[in-house]
Amino acid sequence: MAQIVIRNLRKEFGDFVAVRESDFTIEDGEFFMLLGPSGCGKTTTLRMIAGLELPTSGQILLDGKDVAQVPASARDIAFVFQMFALYPHMNVRRNISYPLVSQGMPRAEVRRRVGEAAGILGIEDILDRPVGGLSSGDRQRVALGRAIVREPKAFLMDEPLGALDAEFRERMAEELRALHDRMGATTVYVTHDQLEAMQMGDKIVVMNRGVVEQWGTPQDIYDFPATMFVADFIGSPPMNFLRFDEQVRAGSRTVRLSGVEVPVPQTREATSGARAALGVRPEHVRLSDDGAYRGDVIAVEYLGTTQIVTLDTPNGDLKARIASSDPVKVGERVGLSFVTQTLSLFDAETGRALALERESVRGREVRETTHG
Amino acid sequence: MSGYSITEASPRQKWIAGLLVAGYTIVTLVPLFWIVATGFKSPSDAIAYPPKVIFTPTLEGYVNLFTTRTRMNPDQLEALGPPQTWYDGIVRQYDMVISGPSRFGERFLNSVIIGFGSTFLSIFLGTLAAYAFSRFKVPLKDDLLFFILSTRMMPPIAVAIPIFLMFRTLGLSDTHLGMILLYTAVNISLAVWLLKGFIDEIPREYEEAALIDGYSRFQAFYKVVLPQAATGIASTAIFCLIFSWNEYAFAVLLTSGTAQTAPPFIPTIIGIGKDWPAVAAGTTLFLIPVMVFTILLRKHLLRGITFGAVRK
Repeated sequence: MAQIVIRNLRKEFGDFVAVRESDFTIEDGEFFMLLGPSGCGKTTTLRMIAGLELPTSGQILLDGKDVAQVPASARDIAFVFQMFALYPHMNVRRNISYPLVSQGMPRAEVRRRVGEAAGILGIEDILDRPVGGLSSGDRQRVALGRAIVREPKAFLMDEPLGALDAEFRERMAEELRALHDRMGATTVYVTHDQLEAMQMGDKIVVMNRGVVEQWGTPQDIYDFPATMFVADFIGSPPMNFLRFDEQVRAGSRTVRLSGVEVPVPQTREATSGARAALGVRPEHVRLSDDGAYRGDVIAVEYLGTTQIVTLDTPNGDLKARIASSDPVKVGERVGLSFVTQTLSLFDAETGRALALERESVRGREVRETTHG
Repeated sequence: MSGYSITEASPRQKWIAGLLVAGYTIVTLVPLFWIVATGFKSPSDAIAYPPKVIFTPTLEGYVNLFTTRTRMNPDQLEALGPPQTWYDGIVRQYDMVISGPSRFGERFLNSVIIGFGSTFLSIFLGTLAAYAFSRFKVPLKDDLLFFILSTRMMPPIAVAIPIFLMFRTLGLSDTHLGMILLYTAVNISLAVWLLKGFIDEIPREYEEAALIDGYSRFQAFYKVVLPQAATGIASTAIFCLIFSWNEYAFAVLLTSGTAQTAPPFIPTIIGIGKDWPAVAAGTTLFLIPVMVFTILLRKHLLRGITFGAVRK
């Protein structure tokens, strides 16, 4: 198992820059998510780690050794493809044993290792079946089997759940996570599904247009998004932005939203221009009649235990997640307040978050994350 | 309500379709049947008018095809004693004796060497080229592919004279190598285009999986791509073989002895006394290899081996 360090990694396809100078570190044994919208460079990054694409510049350190220009076959890394890519002309057993055969491993040993991998995945009974007739879940397990049988330095997975039916995805996600915890293998996992990333990952890298926007634990990324893109991409519904045209100075404790002073964590830096945005998660909006900042309820979505209330405020639409027991009616005008310590402030010109003094969120020690 | 739907034909439509298929089958098979039948007729039955559909079969045509014969006068025949073998017996009816084997065997072997040789070479080169065109960034790829295709845009026989002169200069006239190269040159464009289509269909992930599994690019090619291209290779091979096997014009022009193939040879049999049964026998035998080859590869033609292995 291995630590993977990505340093200054860049990939160009002709004139198109797929990945720009990226840096992040995947610790040994971590379940690491590469998250972003399609075309953001996450798959290219994964393929560079695998050796299926060679980077234009930069380093990929696998256990301290730069493998950026080493061919895939020499990296000792396993890859699980979205489409599984099981060899169609071989049965399950031969598919799983294929990477071992390439190493010239004795047959008895191959048999033992394949049996072991099949045992872990619970697919002993289908070992002699052709891959053509398998269900998508079994194909997924065979693809995983082919990956784990080698005991590689790391597992790379390119949206492995993307080809599964929705109902099955949940179960496979749990299986994958359980498998990872059991084997303790460094895993790099590409997904465009923020929920999947939050649910499964130890750490997440959020990429956009070839740029690493932020990397850190799911909680860090959720609570302290480094950019407006990350804030908008993570969470459902995403973070609200209340935009206002006023320069925020370093050291201020309030911002002025349409004439109303809203308390914020003390700022440590100023915005570059006169455009800023206050970021507030829907669950951190409180509806209270005494709030000076007010909005009109324009829609209510009932979700069982909670409801999503859409409000029209002087600074744009705002979604609030509140208990469904709270009575709200469309057309009502309500006062709003925000949980101060959870607020984020963004420079709307650069899209970057301002560093803030925070006491604590969720009882954790506060760390400012300004990666990326 | 009627018992049939848009997707299923009515019994009447099925009958009509069946009759059309049966009619077409008869039209295409009658000449074949006639050739095979003529091969077993006596020379007089073969040219009888009205044509004889029912006749006494004889192997005369096949005996004549494989042998050369000399006419003898009755005294000489007397001196030879009774015929030693059944085929001796057949030729004795015409006051002849077998003087040796004919050239048909050699010509047939030439056809096999040249036909299968050029098919193999076309497929070998075609697969490699198609793979490269399909997978790698080749400069001017589209132009090159068009250029390859353009070699088929005129009838090959239009360049017969230049090729004849070239072959003479290079010493390739009437050689196996010359004919193999010529047929390969004609077939390769077809092979590249057909195979590129088949290889394009094979997802790259398979090769990438093999690369990750520790195989080199070439190993990935022949262990993973080739087995899956088998269907395409088989059908391409059949097309190439049918062309080079049946090719007549260049064979007449460029071969006369050592490398002569069966197609230019078979008609020359007629010269020896309008021997239609021998010609038909030669044609019948000539049909067999392509038929066997096609039947052997039929399994590959019909089977889609990538079915279900990749979700699309």
